[in-house]
Amino acid sequence: MNTTRRDFIKQLGFVSIGFSLLGTACMSNSDGENVAESDDSNRPDRINAWLRIMEDGSILVLTGKMELGQGIGIAVAQVAAEELNTSPNMVEVNLAETGVTANEGYTAGSRSIETSAMSIRNAAAAAREKLLSLASKKWGIPQSQLSLEDGVISSGGQTMNLYELLEGRQINEDIGTPSEIYGKTKRKYVGQPVPRKDISQMVRGDLDYVQDLRFPGMVHARVIRPSSYTSKLSSLDESSLKDFPGFLKLVRIGSFVGVIAEEEYEAIKLSWEVNNLAEWEMGDELPADVPLKAHLKTLDAEVKTEEEKGDWENAFKEAPIQHKAAYYKPYLMHGANGPSCAVALFKDEMLQVWSHTQGVYPLRETLANLLEMEENSIHIKGVPGSGCYGHNGADDVAAEAALMAVEFPGRHVRLQWMRDEEHRWEPYGTAMIMELEAGLDDNGKILGWKYDFWSDGHSTRPNGEPNTLLPARFLDGGHGVPGVGFKGGAVRNSNPYYTINSLQTTSHIFQGPLRKSALRALGAFGNVFAIECFMDELAHKAGKDPVEFRVNHLDDKRAIACLERVKEMTAGINKGNRQGMGYSFARYKNSASYFAVAALVEVSEKDIVKVKKMWGVIDSGETINPDGLKNQTEGGMIQAASWTLREEVKFDKEHITSRDWHTYPIFRFEEIPEVEVEVIDRVEENPLGAGEAAQGPSAAAVVNAVFDATGERIRDLPVNPVEKYLRGIDFKGNL
Amino acid sequence: MKTLITLRVNGKEHEVNVDPQTPLLYVLRNNLGLNGPKFGCGLSQCGACMVLFDGKANPSCLMAVERAAEMEITTLEGLVDENGNLHKVQQAFIDEQAAQCGYCLNGLVIASVGLLNENPNPSNEDIQAGLYRNICRCGVHARVIRAVKKASSV
Repeated sequence: MNTTRRDFIKQLGFVSIGFSLLGTACMSNSDGENVAESDDSNRPDRINAWLRIMEDGSILVLTGKMELGQGIGIAVAQVAAEELNTSPNMVEVNLAETGVTANEGYTAGSRSIETSAMSIRNAAAAAREKLLSLASKKWGIPQSQLSLEDGVISSGGQTMNLYELLEGRQINEDIGTPSEIYGKTKRKYVGQPVPRKDISQMVRGDLDYVQDLRFPGMVHARVIRPSSYTSKLSSLDESSLKDFPGFLKLVRIGSFVGVIAEEEYEAIKLSWEVNNLAEWEMGDELPADVPLKAHLKTLDAEVKTEEEKGDWENAFKEAPIQHKAAYYKPYLMHGANGPSCAVALFKDEMLQVWSHTQGVYPLRETLANLLEMEENSIHIKGVPGSGCYGHNGADDVAAEAALMAVEFPGRHVRLQWMRDEEHRWEPYGTAMIMELEAGLDDNGKILGWKYDFWSDGHSTRPNGEPNTLLPARFLDGGHGVPGVGFKGGAVRNSNPYYTINSLQTTSHIFQGPLRKSALRALGAFGNVFAIECFMDELAHKAGKDPVEFRVNHLDDKRAIACLERVKEMTAGINKGNRQGMGYSFARYKNSASYFAVAALVEVSEKDIVKVKKMWGVIDSGETINPDGLKNQTEGGMIQAASWTLREEVKFDKEHITSRDWHTYPIFRFEEIPEVEVEVIDRVEENPLGAGEAAQGPSAAAVVNAVFDATGERIRDLPVNPVEKYLRGIDFKGNL
Repeated sequence: MKTLITLRVNGKEHEVNVDPQTPLLYVLRNNLGLNGPKFGCGLSQCGACMVLFDGKANPSCLMAVERAAEMEITTLEGLVDENGNLHKVQQAFIDEQAAQCGYCLNGLVIASVGLLNENPNPSNEDIQAGLYRNICRCGVHARVIRAVKKASSV
């Protein structure tokens, strides 16, 4: 980016990529006004839905996915760069934006490489073939004598920039089936650890997050939260507010209350004042009197046999070794470091929203229903935010900003949640109970397997129903609350990847007391944690080495390769006093990345567990960016270890009591294990989703290591609950 | 009541007309347009808003702007020299690709610069202890430790 352009953006606080070069602009213009959206140029079967050739021969890639910190930006740039034999430095990426990018649904489920990057790869390969054929006709030279590099076609001494070749047009042909994929044959950029461009911007404070957008005349908003999920506003005397510095408007729609002020700190102080003035009717009580684990079993549940094969009942009866165990995971928080934020502008009957949503199109549809507007009167531009690890408050805050913008038209309304709002109102990863039973023969072979799990649905993402957006329930009349949501999330990885001839898997789906939605890996975290701890328990019952026991039940060579490699990586490790080593494996969704992991833990005299080191081996098929894959995997291991050791959402009768980083502690630097990750790159295979692969296996490896250290099984998470942790450290915070 | 306050930020004097109780963070971001420091918790618990006060790293989210007037403040932007060269810690974070979402990166870079100001050759344990006030949710800690170690050897 040149200096002039950077200054320009700084001035406006807003990034809009290449609008001036696109001819008939279909993106938001520089000062954030609404502009007409394009025709059908984002039809996903067309080349120009995914890439445009810019005036200087550089490439603009259009992805329907969002950058969440997972590095999708560099990955899609690399695949396009490869097919067009153009330096990744000459590729810019436009993230999800309604009316501009293809509708790729949500950025979720570790699907962005499998879907968006592969569409962009095919579109870029088709574009290369089209460009070479055009140049061949133009110059009357056979294609074999032409070469394409860095946006220029050349033959002998003559050269032509791609933009000149196209005479300013874009390639709107069908993608079809390209005859060669350079990503498979040449791999000049694909498979290389190309550095992310956004990190160079981040270290300078030069990357614009949604939290950083600043428009001329922009005002600041804050929401005043009810005392509980179901409480209603009973009274609010607003007469004194007009004298408050900066006060612009109190937005009150039913029990949804927000304030708008000229300056951010004025809005915050106003929200404190309104919070003092507002009186709320107590809503339904949360079940704080009983342990949550016991409470969940008392809830009505929809019971379904998810998988059944062989005569598992008789297999149990005949088995000489029998074992059963029950596991539990609490509600877990996404816990974004930056609270959710959005900017909205309502002007000339058009609504413009800047959001870190994971799905611009689903959010648009749901907002349209909430606000009773036409979808084509709403434009949503995806802008990076703080990492989300699933569905957090991003969509909720966008809906709240939109509601307030409609009440206060003509100026940009910026709303950012405060820390306690993010902690107490986001939709959590649901609590789960997992019960397993198995029978083994004398050789340590599993004869029968029975798995029952209790879970809420795992996703209540915006789906057109207004009630998937937090403010909807508090509006006049109310839209109610979402039900169980996506049950498939609970079932994810509930069937073991191991070869077991007789088994039964049964789901018990309840609607739990807390707001919940998709958290990284969804049900696969609880399911894999339980299955992999149980495999470890069975290995010990059978007197087998835990890795060998797993390998004995696997047919898939790629799975075995991961496990054997992680065993090799840890072969020379000497365990010290009160230290233990644990292993684990899963294939995410039983169809995506393979991941094996080992953990070395140490248990203090007061039973506090510390993870010293973790080793991971990941096979995601063809690797697009090995450093990106390692970064995701290392991060997943550390995050999962934090979930496992420290984390649990707590509540009292009224509402959530985990309101900040003291009451919901997560790993800090002193608790961080060393991590070492190896990638098995399989160029001939399809790339597989990887971002969530580490979560479940990492939890089980840590817990299995505790058994190796102490001989005691931990089956309920977290391993180091707050009360125990505080008893176990000295006044300086040392274990 | 708004008051004129003079701040020394990144080597320059700035006059702002604000409520003197406004936390420095909002003034840096909204009045001076410095987006490096981020709002994370507003409670001095996470480090996202850290800046250097006379070379020492501390959160800016609870400090009233009037108190900051006495000090030399350096933000992430101010670590870049007048020729556009990055501070060695910034460069090390790029070299180690020590970020995912990067929201916490401001605090991590600032805290690391503060740490190296006091201890130019920290061990891994010193780095872990020195960054205890910073939260990272993506789990890039191991890369950050490598980056700080690398910067200390430059």
